[in-house]
Amino acid sequence: MPSTKRIESLRLEGITKRFPGVLACDDISLEVGAGEVLALVGENGAGKTTLMNILMGLYQPDYGRIVINGEEARFRGPSDAFAAGIGMVHQHFMLVPNMTVTENVALGLKELHHPFHLDLASARRRIAEVSERHQLAVNPEAYVWQLSVGEQQRVELVKTLCFGARFLILDEPTSALTPQETDELIERLKRMTAELSVIFISHKLGEVKALCDRVTILRQGRVAFNGRTQDHTSGDLAALMTGHEVNLPRNACVEACGEQRLKVSALMVRGDRGNLALNGLDLELRSGEILGIAGVSGNGQRELADALAGLRKVESGSIGLCGEEIANRRPRAIIDAGMGYIPEDRHTEGIVPSFSIKENLVLKDFASQRFSTASFLRLERIDENAEELRERFDIRASSTATSAGSLSGGNIQKVILARELARGPKVLVAVYPTRGLDMGAEEFIHAQLLERRAEGVAILLISEELEELMNLSDRIAVIYKGRISKVLEAPEATRRRLGMLMAGLADE
Amino acid sequence: MNKGFNALYGTIVIAASALAAIAMAAVILIAVGADALGTFRVILTDPLKDTFGLTEILVRAVPLILIALGIAVAFRSGILNIGAEGQMQAGIIAATAAALYLPGLPKAVLLPLVLAAGALGGGIWAWIAGALKARLGVNEILSTVMLNYIAAQFYTFFLRGPMIDPNELQTGSGTPQSPRLPKEAWLDRLIPGTRLHTGLIIAIVLAVLVFLFLWRTTSGFRMRAAGAEEKAARYAGIDVEKYIIAAMVVSGAFAGLAGAVELTGVHRRAIEGITSGYGFSGIVVALFGGLHPAGIVPAAVFFGLLILGADMTQRSMGVPANMVLVLQGAVILAIVSAQMFLGNPYARDRLARRLRLPRRPGPKTLEDAAAEGGLKQ
Ligand SMILES: Nc1ncnc2c1ncn2[C@@H]1O[C@H](COP(=O)(O)OP(=O)(O)OP(=O)(O)O)[C@@H](O)[C@H]1O
Ligand SMILES: [Mg+2]
Repeated sequence: MPSTKRIESLRLEGITKRFPGVLACDDISLEVGAGEVLALVGENGAGKTTLMNILMGLYQPDYGRIVINGEEARFRGPSDAFAAGIGMVHQHFMLVPNMTVTENVALGLKELHHPFHLDLASARRRIAEVSERHQLAVNPEAYVWQLSVGEQQRVELVKTLCFGARFLILDEPTSALTPQETDELIERLKRMTAELSVIFISHKLGEVKALCDRVTILRQGRVAFNGRTQDHTSGDLAALMTGHEVNLPRNACVEACGEQRLKVSALMVRGDRGNLALNGLDLELRSGEILGIAGVSGNGQRELADALAGLRKVESGSIGLCGEEIANRRPRAIIDAGMGYIPEDRHTEGIVPSFSIKENLVLKDFASQRFSTASFLRLERIDENAEELRERFDIRASSTATSAGSLSGGNIQKVILARELARGPKVLVAVYPTRGLDMGAEEFIHAQLLERRAEGVAILLISEELEELMNLSDRIAVIYKGRISKVLEAPEATRRRLGMLMAGLADE
Repeated sequence: MNKGFNALYGTIVIAASALAAIAMAAVILIAVGADALGTFRVILTDPLKDTFGLTEILVRAVPLILIALGIAVAFRSGILNIGAEGQMQAGIIAATAAALYLPGLPKAVLLPLVLAAGALGGGIWAWIAGALKARLGVNEILSTVMLNYIAAQFYTFFLRGPMIDPNELQTGSGTPQSPRLPKEAWLDRLIPGTRLHTGLIIAIVLAVLVFLFLWRTTSGFRMRAAGAEEKAARYAGIDVEKYIIAAMVVSGAFAGLAGAVELTGVHRRAIEGITSGYGFSGIVVALFGGLHPAGIVPAAVFFGLLILGADMTQRSMGVPANMVLVLQGAVILAIVSAQMFLGNPYARDRLARRLRLPRRPGPKTLEDAAAEGGLKQ
């Protein structure tokens, strides 16, 4: 059972951690007081997650120590950290998909484990208490695999609070949330600081300024800056983080649209729960156009993207890619017809984690003429390709032979983006392409998407970031309950209007 | 954590597991009243004393290499083949049939045909499990184990019925075995006067080919991708079901070939107990060899030594036959646990903690750190 003592102060002193070929944390010191919210920001691969994993006892530091309330703490594993009242919501969720929410929570509550009986009723009570107290609505009977990423995020938070955490570590908690959900979370966290201290990791400086008192910026494993959020603008912080000023590029919206590339009509697709997730969806996409799909997650975005890539059965309706019917074709045939796909779940859909970076970079093209002859792989070409893409997309890794799964979250995303953009598809379906990327990388990816657009690629951009959609799209289609409820030209899409449409309200 | 520590860690784990195995075995041996030290000496050194021992080690290594190669292909492709024993028997039946019922062919034609028949028999037997898995989602561990039982019954049936040596019927002794295969279906002996046969060359060549296949060809890439992360493979356009079946068939073909090689190289007729557990030891060899041909070949030789050593112990030390199996089991358990331990970064991290690596004296307080210029306020 976690001690109920408050954590008055928590200090990390001189934490250093080396992985083969990378110094992930280099003599990092920081301090968090009672009821304080510290923002931890930095580029992809700066060492934020590693530092927090050390605080949770998942890794041991090579050097340095953790001091809680003036006493040195030694965590041999996450359970020791839980016992000290520290809880973490990880960047990649740690939930068992084929268990219910209640079972997932009960799994970590050792006091409910009786020899022949798992006390689910108590777990359910605890969940009800926590979700009541912090206004975090979760359905305790739902299976985790049925939940959207946003819902899973909430479950993680509830789970951590059920463990009795009084010091919360949130590793990019908002990267998968809708803007409304993000605002709610931030409000909630503000209220919670009456009882809790928080370390908040995010790439979005707006959130950092809204929530946090102090900010620590990491750069290449070192503390690069430490200060109060009030005293600095988001722009300053971004510059401190990346070393240069960040300017997100915008779509100039000139001479868009060549010939039609993608035509979807009356598409019906079932979701994982057997419901009709897409219910007669129509859309059309032209060469050299970016069509944004705006919507609250769970309105059919995932099913649309999967159906386009041939990974989900189409019940009825048609999908035309450059005039060729691709509904219910095999994924390989659709890829060969010119479809690119940046999937939502980067860890299991986008990369093979145990494969090296260079293998992942040719995951779709290893059998092409370029990378093989007479079905033998051309290793030099695969190496060259990897080196070139690593350079171009600034993938931070000690070598392209390291396994992709060991990369930081943002760098995994860069591997997928590098592969899909470099393949030169005719149509690119990009689902949350900048999720988890730092600002510099986001700027770069946006520029890349616009460049592809200029080259004539038709891009379907599924995103929850209105900012991103409005910056990049030529047109924005709003998806609501499995249909496109409205298509707006970019200039007429305002935040307010999109917000109303996404909530299912009639357009004025 | 540094290189030095990793090396130290490896040594500690292997030494500890070897000690554990020896201790476990010693307890058992002393319990049955045998001379523990002597037994160990016999197992590990007697087979290495003369040409006979050395060649017999290799004779046992040949089927182990072949089976383990197949197992590696299956495991790497994400399908667990526990059915090598049954596939080997299916291969032996097919190879025997080919050798007996295709008479009069010259050796250059018959021998390859017999070996191919063995591979085909094993491949078909494995295909059943692969297809069940890919099409209906039947757990392959379950189906391959069940197919082992069925294959064992078929094997006995053929040896007692359709394939029994007519001489056995005439003399009335009725030993369940096939007639002797024609000479055209024999693998040659590599060293005259020993049982070492050219199957060794086949095994080594195939080890190289399997390496090339898995790591240098597009099909191998697909299989490894499907095995490492099925979903990502699917998203990348790989037909996972197809490659699961293919991997299973390849795996079974290797087991079937192992059977055919054992048949034509060593016994030259199908007898009962010819598989002698190779199908199961092969799985251990594959895992011990890191599912990589370069590891499998030495692992198979080492297990050949263990098996032969155990046989010898039985004879020279009077340790009961079953005890020998127990010894093997203890060794295998220790080795495999050590392997798992070596591959687990968290376990390694935990050990580092126990050993308390020297810590660099870190800055004492935050203020000191700030004073050192680490933090800007
Ligand atoms: N288990 C590991 N093995 C080897 N290298 C690792 C491992 N975990 C992290 N690294 C490396 O350590 C560095 C820091 O990674 P970390 O995940 O802490 O970054 P991050 O700041 O959380 O980045 P992001 O914003 O992308 O999540 C990276 O270069 C990463 O490749
Ligand atoms: Mg991270």
